[in-house]
Amino acid sequence: MKKTYKIDVDCANCANKMENAAKNTEGVKDATVNFMMLKLIVEFEDGADPKEVMPRVLKNCKKAESDCEIFL
Amino acid sequence: MTKKQKKNLIRIILASVLMTAFLFVPVGGVWRLLLFLVPYLIVGYDILIKAAKGIIHLQPFDECFLMAVATIGAIAVGLMGDGDYVEAVAVMLFYQIGEWFQSYAVGKSRKNISKLMDIRPDHANIERGGGTEEVDPDEVETGSVIVVKPGERIPIDGVIIEGESALNTSALTGESLPKDVMTGDEVISGCVNMTGVLRIRTTKEFGDSTVSRILDLVENASSRKSKSENFISKFARYYTPIVVFSAVALALLPPLVIMLSGGSAAWSVWIYRALTFLVISCPCALVISIPLTFFAGIGGASREGVLVKGSNCLEALSKAKTMVFDKTGTLTKGVFEVVSIHPDKVDENTLLHMAAHVERFSSHPIALSLRAAYPEEADGCEITDVKECAGQGVTARVNGDIIAAGNPAMMKSVGALVEKCPHNHVGTVIHVARNGEYLGHIEISDVVKPTSAAAIASLRKAGIKKTVMLTGDSEAAAKKAAEELDIDEVYSGLLPEDKVNKVEELLSEQKGKELTAFVGDGINDAPVLTRADIGIAMGALGSDAAIEAADVVLMDDDPLKISKAMRISGRCMAIVKENIWFSIGVKVLCLVLGALGLANMWTAIFADVGVMVIAVLNAVRALFTRKV
Repeated sequence: MKKTYKIDVDCANCANKMENAAKNTEGVKDATVNFMMLKLIVEFEDGADPKEVMPRVLKNCKKAESDCEIFL
Repeated sequence: MTKKQKKNLIRIILASVLMTAFLFVPVGGVWRLLLFLVPYLIVGYDILIKAAKGIIHLQPFDECFLMAVATIGAIAVGLMGDGDYVEAVAVMLFYQIGEWFQSYAVGKSRKNISKLMDIRPDHANIERGGGTEEVDPDEVETGSVIVVKPGERIPIDGVIIEGESALNTSALTGESLPKDVMTGDEVISGCVNMTGVLRIRTTKEFGDSTVSRILDLVENASSRKSKSENFISKFARYYTPIVVFSAVALALLPPLVIMLSGGSAAWSVWIYRALTFLVISCPCALVISIPLTFFAGIGGASREGVLVKGSNCLEALSKAKTMVFDKTGTLTKGVFEVVSIHPDKVDENTLLHMAAHVERFSSHPIALSLRAAYPEEADGCEITDVKECAGQGVTARVNGDIIAAGNPAMMKSVGALVEKCPHNHVGTVIHVARNGEYLGHIEISDVVKPTSAAAIASLRKAGIKKTVMLTGDSEAAAKKAAEELDIDEVYSGLLPEDKVNKVEELLSEQKGKELTAFVGDGINDAPVLTRADIGIAMGALGSDAAIEAADVVLMDDDPLKISKAMRISGRCMAIVKENIWFSIGVKVLCLVLGALGLANMWTAIFADVGVMVIAVLNAVRALFTRKV
């Protein structure tokens, strides 16, 4: 399952860091940050519940880049 | 400018004014330090906070952390040495100027590109109980009747049930000539109605309409990342740690070596050089300029009527060396036209006149082409007893005479003797007889588009090495078209599945990084479009399957757009390469100069910020595709 979220992040390298952080979150199969459109596209693992996974994604992203935001 | 940008701009200006003013204040020692800490903190407090957070989260290779270390280090060196704190403040200041510029430039291009694709209709006038009502296009159900006034944008795909007008399709196709439409015509959303009021019965929901699909495509295109982008994000991941470890080594090893060999180690010199390293450690110039180039390139291409489905497709297109074309509908018009008339006993006009009359009631493509060639067909002549003989042709009584039009078998059945024609025909030949007497024949054939030959020539110029044409048509027709267009290889008489096999054969022949592109009109080409390295669908605005299968969608059916797309992608990739080499080159140069002690922190920060500004400006160039 794929879902798209609106995000806010300041620089392109920070966006890369977010992407990595999101990718390495449990329950996330793949993640792409589109810095130009300020979008985060998350592909969830089978059976994962986005409602349960996304707060963890947000937490990991904040850890990697304190100045980012995901609008859940 | 956003609120954040405004605030940061004020901070930058305030700090630079204070810094310049304090240069003239004649105090020394700790007082001087405290004085310069004011602008330093004004411009850099958020960096310091972020650096502290980075340490807490155990993410030491954060560029904020590195900037903090570099500037605090510079202050410490100043405190121990000559009392020069300007450098530390300036480094922080320029770093912030760079960040500000980047955020401003990106915001600006975001806005520019969304303006470019400003085809989203904001309302629809739906007909309800006698009057019209303005509603959100999302709320209009399929089959509703909407009214589009002159100057308004058609919000949803549909069929005109009343009215005629000229439509401006330039936002969709890049074509500036208006398109005339009338009752019964299908219209696509996104066109601007120019002259008359149109009543339209919608055939799709807003979400499935052309305009929504296009916006969706363009907006998500930059999510499909190219190899260059992946290379850069990987590079960025290793670049910063490498620079940091080199800095540590630079600070420790040379003084230790000097000390062991008996000299006096100038620790502060080497620490200063190491700090210079940290200033150049941010890979931002690269990381921002590459996706920005693709984003601008895709945006610029879409304004020209070329939809590229992803950064990866744009990149692949520049590597295409073999271009495979479907013939009918791609290089040719896909409709039959009368190409020659060979009368035997009567004049050309009479022959065409007779043939057109016989076909008056038929909707066969051949009948359409004959009637199109003789526009005065609906004259006073009396046509009765129309009989269609399957596989042969048509007979009818025209003004009392029995006219037969069809193939040689038809002629035989009416007793007319087909005379051998000295010409070599490649198209379909229609023989005509009157009362059993042979009158002559008309050749009709699919004609090549007027721009096809120019398109092939300009594709060669754009780097295509081999052109191939695949068609289900006869060999003679295929050869003639290929000769006319100067195409290298032709394969005729192919069924749709043969086309897939042929493309696979071509794919297996290609060498190294060369790619093969396939161009089709998208009607029955979906499997081939998917199979080829790059699938290009043309005139595919209405065909969902083609848009789904293709990598590049040309919104109108002009083959010249293919070479335009290639040139846009070529230029985009050139900009990407320039930026990669330029940014990495300058950084490496500064690192070397810094290690040798030839570059100070000023050079380093100028290298960092200056390179970013130049790379970003260069990236924005990809947006200007008009003259490409």
